[in-house]
Amino acid sequence: MATKTKSTKKESVVLKDYESVIIFTPVLSEDQLKDVVSKYRNFITENGGELVHEENWGLTKLAYPIQKKSTGFYHLFEFRAASEFISKFELAFRRDERIMRYLTISLDKHALIYNTRKRNGEFNQGKKDQKQEGVK
Amino acid sequence: MKKKSQINPAMVFNTTPEAPQKKKFCRFRKNGIKFIDYKDANFLMKFVNDQGKVLPRRLTGTSLKYQRKVTQAIKRARHIAILPFEGDSLK
Repeated sequence: MATKTKSTKKESVVLKDYESVIIFTPVLSEDQLKDVVSKYRNFITENGGELVHEENWGLTKLAYPIQKKSTGFYHLFEFRAASEFISKFELAFRRDERIMRYLTISLDKHALIYNTRKRNGEFNQGKKDQKQEGVK
Repeated sequence: MKKKSQINPAMVFNTTPEAPQKKKFCRFRKNGIKFIDYKDANFLMKFVNDQGKVLPRRLTGTSLKYQRKVTQAIKRARHIAILPFEGDSLK
């Protein structure tokens, strides 16, 4: 959870920033959910990654049904890892029946700035969409 | 028959002639938004029509650079079921 820098054996490994959103099936109980989440949390750290941030959105309504379910537990991991790790990570997702959908993206510098600002709560409401009278 | 010079070119594509033609602007350039969050459904709703289709640049005024990012964000949001692929009267 903390952003501690782990001294890995291979210092030459380049870590990149990633973000994963995972949708777990809603049939899980609270303990089961905690179990799965901690499993993947450990999976990141055991493979030389660093967990930067984690968010649990709870049981959320889906915009369309997935596997005939209309809700799902959303969970977000923001982490730093080697690029080889991602294929392993996603393979584990695909093998896991408890995961309905996942999305991993790599974060560029703008996304990183955005995420840190969002975490500090800089923008909450009315951040965008001002009107301009540009009559010429 | 009207001469072409009598038609105000700014009014040709204006659907409501009473309203003065507002200059369109890219909201991302103007407000300095560099990253478009695919997890923010309410914000992305501004860029889709009521069927859930992506709105063209000529309606939203977004610049090409950010239109590409908007499209990318909407597609990501659809994948994780934050936005629908299709829908009726979303707004």
